[in-house]
Amino acid sequence: MTLTAADVAEIMRLVEQSKFDEINLEIDGVKLTLRRTGAAGGFARHVTTQPGPLEDAAATAASRSDAEIAHTASPSVVSGPVNANTRDIPCPMLGTFYRSPKPGAPPFVEIGSVVDEDSVIAIIEVMKLMNTVRAGVKGVITEILPLDETLVEFGEVLMRARVDA
Amino acid sequence: MAFRRILIANRGEIAVRIIRTCRALGIETVLAVSSADRDGEPARQADRVVCIGPARSADSYLNAAAMVHAAVATRADAIHPGYGFLSERPVLPQLCATAGIVFIGPTADQILAIGDKLRARAEAESANVPVVPGGAANSHAEARILARKIAAPLLVKAVGGGGGRGLKRVERLEDLPELLDLAAAEAGAAFGDTRIYLEQYIDHGRHVEVQVLGDGEGRLIQLGERDCSVQRRYQKLIEETPAPGLPAALRNSLQQAAVRFAERLAYRGAGTVEFIVDAQREAFYFLEMNARIQVEHPVTEAVTGIDLIAEQIAIADGSGLRLRQSEVRTLGCAIECRVNAEDYRNEFKPSPGRVRDVSWPSGCGIRVDSHVVPGTSIPPFYDSLMGKIIASGPDRACALARLRGAIAATRISGVKSNLGFHGAALDDPEFQAGGVDTGFVDRLYARRPDLCDRPEAGASHG
Repeated sequence: MTLTAADVAEIMRLVEQSKFDEINLEIDGVKLTLRRTGAAGGFARHVTTQPGPLEDAAATAASRSDAEIAHTASPSVVSGPVNANTRDIPCPMLGTFYRSPKPGAPPFVEIGSVVDEDSVIAIIEVMKLMNTVRAGVKGVITEILPLDETLVEFGEVLMRARVDA
Repeated sequence: MAFRRILIANRGEIAVRIIRTCRALGIETVLAVSSADRDGEPARQADRVVCIGPARSADSYLNAAAMVHAAVATRADAIHPGYGFLSERPVLPQLCATAGIVFIGPTADQILAIGDKLRARAEAESANVPVVPGGAANSHAEARILARKIAAPLLVKAVGGGGGRGLKRVERLEDLPELLDLAAAEAGAAFGDTRIYLEQYIDHGRHVEVQVLGDGEGRLIQLGERDCSVQRRYQKLIEETPAPGLPAALRNSLQQAAVRFAERLAYRGAGTVEFIVDAQREAFYFLEMNARIQVEHPVTEAVTGIDLIAEQIAIADGSGLRLRQSEVRTLGCAIECRVNAEDYRNEFKPSPGRVRDVSWPSGCGIRVDSHVVPGTSIPPFYDSLMGKIIASGPDRACALARLRGAIAATRISGVKSNLGFHGAALDDPEFQAGGVDTGFVDRLYARRPDLCDRPEAGASHG
């Protein structure tokens, strides 16, 4: 198993969007420690990868991509700390996630969009059938997790919204 | 075309079973799970897991569109439906065809022909396969005339499906109208089809079925029979092969009849033709065909050495039927016990929960097919099958001795199991003699009041 720079970036993204402050991962002799620092959220460029006792190609590849990781660490999705005012919007069904009503059209919502319970936020396509997804909460969209036009599973978090306390 | 990746549209022990063969064949597996099965053992073993819906089967394991969508999105070549759930619903092969996914099983038309029990009866008659005296009952008047002709006791059955749902036994003809309505209502709820038909009730019947494999082009082989007479309320508990004490001529006719029936449909894939055998009269009648892999398939694998899942995959990927009839040889005997999370002392009530600890048996001639490990949750949404213990040996006495030892060595805590029932059944002289009919479980409970918490209720099974 090789851990590519893209994998590490993906892991960072997942940690960033999770409730955890730190992750320690060990795969095939590669040790990866990600730590979130400060209440501001986001990684403070605190990524370390250490080759373990098994110095193999994967380990070398991972170490070499260190610098690259530091540069790509800045997340594309601006995320605040997950707190009591944040609500997950789960995916109601398995299918393909579409952010826009049709190709080329503007997305239903962007980060910062104000939504209420009935606002349409996405389309999930299942075998050519389009299903609209509504926010189900009243608030401001703070995160959009899946990439456009990718498979989303039942229960997966699609977006997060900040609700007024 | 060899498959690179297969999506498994099922759960539990059969998901683990399919993963095992896929691994042996170098095929990657994508397991479609409901949210209740996300953390189960099959999910741990699959190469990839996709959550297709909530715990309720109607929104997950029965959602054909989600299954096919998941197969396309994960770039699977084919879908294996296992048994139950979508395995015998024509909608799955139909959707697969539109999406360019191979369905590992028969054609939608074959599923429809077999699923309509009256049509299957007609096909059987055309194939010169005997059917139980009976026929359609489209009205109370028609039913009354037919019932008088075949005489009580008789069975009212659902045209749209089996498994004991929509099935009523009529002891006295005056009860017929009421039971017709009840059966129709049950059938409507279970299969969305209220049509019913009548069949003579065969007393002392044995349930014997024949495993077939077809290439879809008209070539069929059979892999011997399985005796599944140890049932309670049409739910099989113990299965074995060969059927004990069946006269050679009867066994041969049964196997040939199964092949004739499947040949008539140019059946594709693995299927099972079920018969009721009247051992006293040395007669047999066609009951129905199951268009899927069956729970009890391991006993056939144990005596033939043929991996039925691998053959299903080979037929589906275009390799065809890889065996000639003359290459199918059986050796010895095999017996299987279905280990369910149910309280055999209390009307076999399901006992869902979390398995605290489990210790499965091993040893010479012992096979265990299970998804249950310590900590496995047995959700209340699905059937209660925890695993199957299969024992084989050069003869029935040896297989039985091994199975008794294996059942005694199995430990399951945290949920109730039917291991105690199996121990008692295998110890019973009637079972040991072999060739029991479907009344065996009732007789066992009548002989062994200690098997029941309320002995007076135990005598009224069935």
